[in-house]
Amino acid sequence: MAGNFSRWMWRGALGVVMAFGGAVQAASEIVVYSARNEQLIKPIFDLYTKQTGTKITYVTDAEGPLIARLEAEGARTPADLMITVDAGNLWLAAEKGLFRPIKSNVLESTVPAQYQDPQNRWFGLSVRARTIVYSKERVKPEQLSTYEDLADKKWDGRLCLRTSKKVYNQSLVATMIERHGEAKTEQIVKGWVDNLATDVFANDTALIEAIVAGQCDVGIVNTYYFGRLEYEKGKLPAKLFWPNQATTGVHVNVSGAGVTAHAKHPKEAQAFLEWLSRGEAQRAFAGINMEYPVNVKTEWDPIVQAWGKFKADDLNVEAAGRRQIEAVKLMDRAGYL
Amino acid sequence: MASGAVLHPVWPQSQTGVIRRVGLLRVCAVVLALMVMAPLLVIALNWGEIQTDVWRHLAQTQLLRLFRNTAVLVLGVGAGVTVLGVSLAWLTATCRFPGRKFFDVALMLPLAIPAYVMAFVMVGLLDWAGPVQGQLREWFGRGASFSFRGTGAVIMVLTLVLYPYVYMLARSAFLAQGREPLEAARVLGHSPWRGFWLVTLPMARPAIVAGLALALMETLADFGTVSVFNYDTFTTAIYKAWYGFFNVQAAAQLASLLLLIVLAGLYLERKGRGDARYFQTRRRAASRRTALHGGKALLASLWCGLIFAVAFVVPLGQLVIWVIQGAWKDLDARYLALVWHTLSLGAAAAVLTVAAAFLLAYFKRRYQDRLSDLLVRTATLGYALPGSVLAVGIMISFNHLDDWAAALQTQLGLTVQPIFVGGVAALLLAYLTRFLAAAFGPVETSLERIKPSIPEAAAILGARQWETVRRIYLPMLGPGLLTALLLVFVDVMKEMPATLLMRPFGWDTLAVRIYEMTNEGMWQRAALPGLTLVLVGLLPVAILVRRSDH
Repeated sequence: MAGNFSRWMWRGALGVVMAFGGAVQAASEIVVYSARNEQLIKPIFDLYTKQTGTKITYVTDAEGPLIARLEAEGARTPADLMITVDAGNLWLAAEKGLFRPIKSNVLESTVPAQYQDPQNRWFGLSVRARTIVYSKERVKPEQLSTYEDLADKKWDGRLCLRTSKKVYNQSLVATMIERHGEAKTEQIVKGWVDNLATDVFANDTALIEAIVAGQCDVGIVNTYYFGRLEYEKGKLPAKLFWPNQATTGVHVNVSGAGVTAHAKHPKEAQAFLEWLSRGEAQRAFAGINMEYPVNVKTEWDPIVQAWGKFKADDLNVEAAGRRQIEAVKLMDRAGYL
Repeated sequence: MASGAVLHPVWPQSQTGVIRRVGLLRVCAVVLALMVMAPLLVIALNWGEIQTDVWRHLAQTQLLRLFRNTAVLVLGVGAGVTVLGVSLAWLTATCRFPGRKFFDVALMLPLAIPAYVMAFVMVGLLDWAGPVQGQLREWFGRGASFSFRGTGAVIMVLTLVLYPYVYMLARSAFLAQGREPLEAARVLGHSPWRGFWLVTLPMARPAIVAGLALALMETLADFGTVSVFNYDTFTTAIYKAWYGFFNVQAAAQLASLLLLIVLAGLYLERKGRGDARYFQTRRRAASRRTALHGGKALLASLWCGLIFAVAFVVPLGQLVIWVIQGAWKDLDARYLALVWHTLSLGAAAAVLTVAAAFLLAYFKRRYQDRLSDLLVRTATLGYALPGSVLAVGIMISFNHLDDWAAALQTQLGLTVQPIFVGGVAALLLAYLTRFLAAAFGPVETSLERIKPSIPEAAAILGARQWETVRRIYLPMLGPGLLTALLLVFVDVMKEMPATLLMRPFGWDTLAVRIYEMTNEGMWQRAALPGLTLVLVGLLPVAILVRRSDH
């Protein structure tokens, strides 16, 4: 009798704590951890809720802390799906056992093999191209050819780069290591550093603005930053160039997602992931940020179409994660800050 | 005439005569300190396996440069905030000149501007591609251009956002001092200038140092500002280990080294101060301000005006311009919720943290033993840790609590759910851990100024402990407590990493919005939440400054 009573007391106390504490979830709901920004995902979540009635609860943060949180929460995590940018992060989350393998005929047909985990733990949802941007006033496109060529003496004092701390550059160098080996890649990166016109930039937008202002002539950026800046400021005296067309192709990366190992609603999460990979959702997911859809059947955003078609690197993007540590060390040695 | 406040070093006295109740106070303080220290321990306990690979790589490629950069930054910002903070506080607290009343409040306002916002505004405005240099090039050609991302620029930006810590604490110390000590020095034949160096400054030293410590700990912890300038500090190495090498252990090892350095710095300062203590005997002596005339008055107004313009008017103006240029389009109904979350979290955390700081400071004063000192020192170290490192430490330690809760839930036949991680309570505790130092500094320095004989007299007259706290300490601490409340409130509103990681679903704040925008390089769209944050922060700053005057 007394034991029963104290048990009830405990339940009551715990109930009160829970009301103040963690979220209590309903059944037809998916919980998403997202390192992709709110303004890029919320419209798509809203669309899904409208179409299917499934409620989506989400929290956004940088990928590092989110992965640490998933890891710490373990089996208790409320998260069903994790969306993140860059294959390196997806690779890391998979390495840590945070995702579960998914067997899905839909995803196999919508997401090309190079944009998904060989073990099916994560899938790319949009493709991001990291390419060369140049000043129309001071550079002729014929002078440009490859990323590697930017190490050439003719670009001395004319190159602008973003910091090596950004994972986009780490991924680029990682894939170069995969192609060329360490020694040659290090030589190329050293060449870049020697050619720098000024200190490396904190973000791509500042880099493009520096080219526009005349501080430097060429640089390496993700295409959507260029698109965004042109959208805001009108036509710029700068242009995108597709390098390595005769060789390896343009460096691409993905933003993507995986169903968590301890998802409480794995079926619903998988259904949502499949929905994201096709149709209207796929067009919106990429188009909202001027990225490329991962699904080859999906039409490109008009602004993106105007930049023209290009040959993309066909390496599986997980190489970016696998070789990231080597890439960071290499860039440190080369003096790329 | 100068009988009110007396300056005399007093050596620690025995606590005889004061109520000897060990019980509740000690237990509360120890529990609180341990709770706040748990995340630090989580981080410091990562030395099981030394990550030689990462350490060797860092040592070979950059560690020396990072130490040098960090030292330069700390020295530069330290000198900057001390000169700015003390000079401005001394002018507004003890002198009279045109605009004094306005500057008194206004000079505190830069506190409402988050360092990362100041950084991207200044870089946007002043770097090569910005409008200022564009104009310079038009007038003087390419040679007039320079990179505004060097060491000097970082030091300038951090100084401008951090000097209010020194200003606020020094100001309340100068106000509490009143004129009598300086007048006593004059009577003894010293010039006002010598009097300032001999009396005013040493008496305010604990407060100035407390403000300086806050500013420097924040400098060491800063990642947002230095990454806008791509200026590599020791903190950069922590993030390199974590994000670049996926090595959380190495990151934790580097972070605990940072803590050790801070601990050593604080220890050295205490050694330097020695056992001398400075007390005030009255709450505050009536203070008349020295009137400045002619050129001196003009210089005072100009100096205050210059700092106010650079540290507040310029960044605010740029934010307003960006909002008008298009960022206003993001304004929607959700903004009300953002503002509400920001304000309520800030207010709740401020009250909680200041209460905790008072408890700890009072505890330390009552017992004055090595244990309480060490406990309190360690508990306030969280401020020097990079935000997201500390946030992960907090999250992991709360997660241990959830482990126990889960065991309890299973036993009771309930569904297992996280109770701590992802709740409002956890977020508030995270703020407490992070900002205890910000509250502790002002509370402790004003507590130190209360002469022990006053509470002793109260005890002799039969006052109980709580009565002494309520009728003696709290009224005498007034300005210090308000300063602490304000600091924590504004700090919490600006806080980013812990909010991001620990907030309950849907509890977005203005700082979270700023993160969402700046993370993708959309600086101009970050202007709207940035401006809102500054405006929301202004009101409490203004109110509290006015209140602390009376």
